[in-house]
Amino acid sequence: MANNFDLDNIDIAWCPGCGNFPIHKALKAALSELNIDPLRLVMVSGIGQAAKIPHYIKAHFFNGLHGRALPPATAVKAANPSLTVIAESGEGDTYGEGGNHFIHTIRRNPDITNIVHNNMVYGLTKGQASPTSQAGFHTPVQVSGVFEEPFNPVAVAVSLNASFVARAFAGDMDQTKEILKKAVAHKGYALVDILQPCVSFNKVNTFQWFKERSYYLDSNYDPSDRVEAFKKAIEPDKFPLGVIYKSAPKPTFEENVTAYKKDAVPIVFRKTARTNLLEELLNSMR
Amino acid sequence: MNLSRVFKDDVSVVLCGEAGQGIVTVEKLLVKALKDSGFNIFATKEYMSRVRGGSNSTQLRVSSQPRSSYVDRIDLLIPLDSGAIAHLKDKITEQTIIFGDKSVLGADTDLVDVPFSKIAAEAGGAIYANTAALGLLMGLFGLGLKDIQDFVSSTIGSKKPETLKPNLQAAEKGFEYAASVSGPGKIEILLARSHEVSGQVLVNGAEAIGLGAIAGGCNFVSAYPMTPSTGILTFLAANSEKFGILTEQAEDEIAAANMALGAWYAGARGFVCTAGGGFALMAEALSLSGMIETPLVISLGQRPAPATGLPTRTEQGDLEFALYAGHGEFPRIILAPGSAAQAVELTAKAFNLADKHQCPVIILSDQYFVDAYANIPPFDFSKISAQEHIVKTGPGYKRYAFSADGISPRGIPGFGDGFVHADSDEHDENGNITEDKNIRKQMSQKRMAKLELMTKEAEPPSLIGSGDFEYLAVCWGSNYGVLKEAAEQVNNPKLAVLHFSQIFPLHSGAREIIGRAKKAVVFENNFSGQFAKILKLYAGVETGGKVLKYDGAPFSLEEAVAELKKFTAVK
Ligand SMILES: Cc1ncc(C[n+]2csc(CCOP(=O)(O)OP(=O)(O)O)c2C)c(N)n1
Ligand code: SF4
Repeated sequence: MANNFDLDNIDIAWCPGCGNFPIHKALKAALSELNIDPLRLVMVSGIGQAAKIPHYIKAHFFNGLHGRALPPATAVKAANPSLTVIAESGEGDTYGEGGNHFIHTIRRNPDITNIVHNNMVYGLTKGQASPTSQAGFHTPVQVSGVFEEPFNPVAVAVSLNASFVARAFAGDMDQTKEILKKAVAHKGYALVDILQPCVSFNKVNTFQWFKERSYYLDSNYDPSDRVEAFKKAIEPDKFPLGVIYKSAPKPTFEENVTAYKKDAVPIVFRKTARTNLLEELLNSMR
Repeated sequence: MNLSRVFKDDVSVVLCGEAGQGIVTVEKLLVKALKDSGFNIFATKEYMSRVRGGSNSTQLRVSSQPRSSYVDRIDLLIPLDSGAIAHLKDKITEQTIIFGDKSVLGADTDLVDVPFSKIAAEAGGAIYANTAALGLLMGLFGLGLKDIQDFVSSTIGSKKPETLKPNLQAAEKGFEYAASVSGPGKIEILLARSHEVSGQVLVNGAEAIGLGAIAGGCNFVSAYPMTPSTGILTFLAANSEKFGILTEQAEDEIAAANMALGAWYAGARGFVCTAGGGFALMAEALSLSGMIETPLVISLGQRPAPATGLPTRTEQGDLEFALYAGHGEFPRIILAPGSAAQAVELTAKAFNLADKHQCPVIILSDQYFVDAYANIPPFDFSKISAQEHIVKTGPGYKRYAFSADGISPRGIPGFGDGFVHADSDEHDENGNITEDKNIRKQMSQKRMAKLELMTKEAEPPSLIGSGDFEYLAVCWGSNYGVLKEAAEQVNNPKLAVLHFSQIFPLHSGAREIIGRAKKAVVFENNFSGQFAKILKLYAGVETGGKVLKYDGAPFSLEEAVAELKKFTAVK
């Protein structure tokens, strides 16, 4: 099915069968169904296999440094709030190298969508443990198996009262698309952690494994209940899928900063001459 | 204590006490009172990295002519605690007149006894001791009782009306003591006062950099607090509403620099301010700026390192770090203003240069520079404006299109019909990842080609003194003021000073000017003579002598004079 966000003649660097493909498709479909104009979309990513996704979508992009997608994404949105901004990378990038930004971006609450391809392994660097690798996962570096507690992004996000927290599974493109649509349409920071099988370097957490260990939250589930959300986040056996938590509505970063208190025009388009104001300032310093 | 001294040109006043004793408040008020009265002011401070206790001091040079250097000499000293005299013992001479409270400092201390604590207690509490000191000093500088009353009312009184009465009482008492020690045969301060100066603005280096950023169109600041650059951040935050500057305290310097890059990418003018440690964390983003050819303006206020070093002291030890930080090869510009007025101008220019050349621009200063206050001549802000180089994109727009001078027209997302792609991997003209060897080579050449135009547009060094020199003292950044004044004092027609306000790329004339000297010496606040190395490497000139200071303090005027005399004495 042709889509506004398709690019011709691209050489996709992912392995055949990788969980990144359905995420890529689901995202393009979600954006298209939301009627987003590719010229008003900025994809921001770090470095990794997942982080190459901006190259495969018709949009503006800022493919920056490993672990550093969230700071520039926050800044792009703040500099020009009329743009739709998506920050997308792997879990190593987002929760490992960029862990501090993950925490503080949630606190800041910019109106951006943060999509994380969580394959529980480092793909691009060929198979080391990632922050979400499960205990006992053996790699050429973790020769006796991973012993660290796996990072729980959903629990962390709920604990920080993130404005929107969801989890999806790449094995289910339709539901992933629906969840992505909600996330992109949501006002405020929206995390979508997507369980994504890596067929080349993770022989443990396969499509089948994720399928058996996940389930969808039912329609009675109330995502506004933070304690319930936290319980869901730390369930030991299976990963709940869907929108796990939504905070009470709160102002976004762009709404909170002083620069937009009096003037809603994006700062990048303000052309006010400053000479007189500077004279005034200098006078006040006299 | 010998009180018989006449001051005609220049007085060095030092206030010293523990952190938290209110020196900063007296300093601020005194500096303003004296400037408003038409005296030139240059104020520097040295302080410890602690919030309470220790010994901090402020030096005010009050002069008939504008001066901008720090002196070892202390003419008038007000020690607020017993530690102060010990702290300054190397600088106190027989000429120093000390005003202090014997009940605090000890009965046998040689000083003019002013019972500050008694005056304060009578006025209503210990906090008024500082106002008594203010009244005393204003009186010594010849201000009348009415002037003092008016000043206290319009400053302290307007902020906290309930404290006006006790403050006035304390200031008047201080004034009475001043009257008792002033006059012929006693202290006579006969400095010229200028109407022009009273109308000028007092700014410190941090405010000057902040003003320059505003003038240069800065509308986005992301930073993490670190001495000595915090003042720049607070100045811009205080003015964020007035000028529409988005100000955010980032979680760390890595985020700060990456945010600023995101802001520039989107079309804003981003700015980060930091010190060496924070700059170290920005090194990867600096390299990213080079690769994605997205502008970045960084203010780097140096302090003595390695590591945490001396957090509140000064040094010029990060020059080579600023020049070489960041992996890979990419061009950058490094500016190092020598005065507050120049800091305004160059910081504004930094934004235009970054925008035009699509590269990082670093403004290199130091603790001494950012904390020093001086009255600056009126500034014509209509002369400096933000020059934008953003283009409207069309279909098929290529962010990294090859061009003769290496600069590709820079579009921003949401302005035009083209897509704007920034990529930290090596990329093709469209910004897509490539490993094609030819493209890699061409892209490297394109990025580095920008150096040529940058060099053409470099700030020339400024020569102070006759062009007919034999001896040349070279300096950069904050050492401008002290060397200028020292050379004037040495007054040797064969001596000139050459100050660099742009470190990289160097102006092409540097080699010729330095080459003309029979003898050249470089003054720097670092251990290894970093600028001398840069001159050798990039201008191909060997400067020979080096005068280096790296104890955390700036060069004093006396030190610079002594060094220049030594230097010019050698045939
Ligand atoms: C500063 C830095 N450190 C390390 C790397 C190397 N590196 C690139 S991607 C990556 C991890 C990739 O894992 P993840 O983010 O989970 O993405 P995936 O490739 O699995 O999609 C690492 C360690 C880098 N590019 N930069
Ligand atoms: S390495 Fe793994 S995550 Fe990366 S493309 Fe291949 S299968 Fe997908």
